[in-house]
Amino acid sequence: MSFSGALGIALPELVLAIGALVLLVVGAFRGDRSTSLVSTGAGLVLAAAAAAACWGPMGAAFSGGFVADQASAFAKVAIYLMSAIAILLGDRWLHRLNGARFEYPVLILLAALGMGVMASAGDLISLYLGVELMSLATYVLAAFRRDDARSSEAGLKYFVLGALSSGLLLYGASLIYGFAGSVRFPEIAHAVAAGAGTGVIFGVVFLICGLAFKVAAAPFHMWTPDVYEGAPTPVVAFLAAAPKLAAMVLFTRAMLQGFPGATHQWAQVVLAVAVISMAVGALAGLVQKNLKRLLAYSSIANIGYALMALATGTEQGVQALLVFMVLYMIDVTGFFACLLALNRKGEPMETLPSLAGLAKERPGLALCLTGLSFSTMGIPPFSGFWGKFYVFKAAIAAGLWPVAVFGLVTSVVAAFYYLRMVKTMWFDPSPGQTDPAPIDARAIAAAAALFSFPLVLAALAALDPLARLAATAFHIV
Amino acid sequence: MPILSLITYAPLLGVVGILALRLFGKPQDPKTVEASKWIALVATLATLALSVLLVVQFNPNDAGFQFVEETPWFAGFSYRMGVDGISVLFVLLTAFLMPICIAASWKSIEKRVLEYMFAFLLLETLIIGVFCALDIVLFYIFFEFGLIPMFLIIGIWGGQRRVYAAFKFFLYTLLGSVLMLAAILAMIGISHTSSIPELMTYHFDPAVQRWLWLAFFASFAVKLPMWPVHTWLPDAHVEAPTAGSVILAGILLKLGGYGFMRFSLPMFPQASQFFTPLIFALSVIAVVYTSLVAFRQVDFKKLIAYSSVAHMGFVTMGIFSGNAVGEQGAIFQMLSHGVISGALFLCVGVVYDRMHTREIAFYGGLVTRMPLYAATFMLFTMGNVGLPGTSGFVGEILTMTGAYGASTWTALFAASGVILSAVYALSLYRRVIFGELANPKLAAIADLELREVAIFTPLIVGTLVLGVQPNLVFQVTGPAVDQLLHLWRAGAGL
Repeated sequence: MSFSGALGIALPELVLAIGALVLLVVGAFRGDRSTSLVSTGAGLVLAAAAAAACWGPMGAAFSGGFVADQASAFAKVAIYLMSAIAILLGDRWLHRLNGARFEYPVLILLAALGMGVMASAGDLISLYLGVELMSLATYVLAAFRRDDARSSEAGLKYFVLGALSSGLLLYGASLIYGFAGSVRFPEIAHAVAAGAGTGVIFGVVFLICGLAFKVAAAPFHMWTPDVYEGAPTPVVAFLAAAPKLAAMVLFTRAMLQGFPGATHQWAQVVLAVAVISMAVGALAGLVQKNLKRLLAYSSIANIGYALMALATGTEQGVQALLVFMVLYMIDVTGFFACLLALNRKGEPMETLPSLAGLAKERPGLALCLTGLSFSTMGIPPFSGFWGKFYVFKAAIAAGLWPVAVFGLVTSVVAAFYYLRMVKTMWFDPSPGQTDPAPIDARAIAAAAALFSFPLVLAALAALDPLARLAATAFHIV
Repeated sequence: MPILSLITYAPLLGVVGILALRLFGKPQDPKTVEASKWIALVATLATLALSVLLVVQFNPNDAGFQFVEETPWFAGFSYRMGVDGISVLFVLLTAFLMPICIAASWKSIEKRVLEYMFAFLLLETLIIGVFCALDIVLFYIFFEFGLIPMFLIIGIWGGQRRVYAAFKFFLYTLLGSVLMLAAILAMIGISHTSSIPELMTYHFDPAVQRWLWLAFFASFAVKLPMWPVHTWLPDAHVEAPTAGSVILAGILLKLGGYGFMRFSLPMFPQASQFFTPLIFALSVIAVVYTSLVAFRQVDFKKLIAYSSVAHMGFVTMGIFSGNAVGEQGAIFQMLSHGVISGALFLCVGVVYDRMHTREIAFYGGLVTRMPLYAATFMLFTMGNVGLPGTSGFVGEILTMTGAYGASTWTALFAASGVILSAVYALSLYRRVIFGELANPKLAAIADLELREVAIFTPLIVGTLVLGVQPNLVFQVTGPAVDQLLHLWRAGAGL
């Protein structure tokens, strides 16, 4: 393939990279007054990149290191959309704090670029490249309020633990390269099929550990609650959604295209991580008082369900994974938008007791939070139920019913903490007035809640075939 | 005309009306509150009218599903609705009890009235949806969604320990339901269909059947509730507002029995055959044990709650008896219990609204101040005991006759439950109504007012009409029950 053809395949990434650099220059020259301009520009760049991902050429470029297919297109559109929402939430939030800085949208763009590379990674090199690009941008974002000790702490913690996981990832990659003789997934698959030995399996385990870090699956989840608690809320809204989808797509591609012959081996590891995540997410969430920490554990449990879908190794499982992740991302963004909208006397309401009596104070937001809680709990007909429906259906069809039943039981345990949120909002008396909620956060919270019910019932009719199409891109036999 | 969807979503029109009031009116204004009550009453009465129309148009000679609606949805599921002889009367029962609940809440609910009416109307839609759904996924959506309004009804408008009761209710039921969800997913995976009529004739492998049966059992046994998973019920009943208890006892418990008949028997016939002794044992324990427990209660509502568990024992016994008499009796018992237990909870509500205590010892000698109330309560107590002439008798005698055909011992022990129910119900009646009017606080207690008479009248008529003319029910349920037994026998290879 010619070089210009290869550039066409990487068009979304080129758009993002050039856009981010141009906006950086604009910001550098015009200073922090240009924040709104840069944010708007970033939104346009993301829209252009999404269009390029949808309608651009498909195929493999750079000797197979970079792949554009239905799966990457599906993931990229969702990732860019979530990034745009994060820019909107964060920009307005920083303005309210008088801390507007033009770097915020640029960093989100760079993270989106990294996530795009992750979704398209066709070999171990671009896998690492994408992960690092995304991670470096998010480390800075987590520490974005540099005058705030908790935010700086979150950023540092995230960076140190993230560096460790990158080390694991690289070590695994080097082992695989050493034993399989190639970094490209299809060639690794050939080597595995020809009997590359236990060395590769050793490498795969390290690779899985590194990726499990990135998706915040237990027992590699330690950073999650601290980072969620300390990092600025709009940044957490971003961290909790798009990077997880990107990492899950990367995970899926690496496992299903790189090691289809060793499914039995890696699926065991993934399944173990899934089961531990479900248990940790459900049980540890029970004792959390801080809502952001609670959502961190909730995200750990939910990644467990997604990993279970991956462990099926079937096309149905991948479809379920994609549907689940998209529905979950919308829920979780809605949650954080609600948290952004809730302040009392200028202080964010981040603890469970502070939500008391919200149904009286702010019925609209309380209704949103209630809907999102029931959705994440998995009660029909909310979107979270449909995500679980797909995932568990795939797991049971693949014969993983003991894990599926375990997952369903842990979801009942987790239901307790969502119910407690609902109870606090509806049954308890209110301690006092809340501040007026900003319109942007309210709008996004309402949109996410309306999506979780009833819009999801219509959206699934489109999401189902799209995810199926994306799943076929992995050519699972 | 898609009459089933019309009935199902008619209460939602009331929901829209109340939402409009909430958004554009002043929520605290007494006029708005009054308007919301009227909207709810009109919406439920309209639903009742439509359901009567449905039953009139229903062809009792047809054993299959009628008024079927089908629209493809996504991923192979369909929006599929239909009723047969088993479900159609439950639709009517729901529509019948709902206006009564609204009327019963007219004065006793003082805070957040709009939200209350909202929750009840939503609940009505969901319950009717459960009975009409012919797609197993649709069924699960309605079945599970119903937890949310009921959770809020108990938790917001309940008594002192409402939060505990609401959590217990929700988590207990949810645990049962997720196991059912696993079974539903497995069934769709195996049979590649989610249509209930198709699943009814699909033959699952006998070994798989047992697992699926157990998963469904987990859900329905909690819902019904059966001993020993009944412990959520007394708490939920005691803490729920009166109308909440009426709906819980009158209709929500019946979802379990309905589920057994709609899913367990026809879809897993061999497993049902295999587990029949288990069901019989649990039913007998429920009848005898919970009757004894009921006798020891000091709380008015708790006593009736335990009596509900005992009466549901007769239902499960009848359902698994495997003959037409038992099945018919089970359906009849569910309908009759829906009316009688609903009425009994309303009777508790009458004195609770006046005195704000449910302690039995607080009352006594009410007959001297409340003769009308005493007579009404007498009738429903007799219905609960199973006096001939009331609907309670028909259900009990038929389920026992049916069980006698399957297992003599079961029928023998269950029969003792009839005596035990007389023991607790009559002694309750004596303690509350007769005796000296010793408590000075009761001196000024008022008898039933016009609104309450209007609430009780349809229930009294229902109890007596069903008691003397049970054929009204049997001619509707007959062919469907025969069909059900045919499916069960054919599937179990008998």
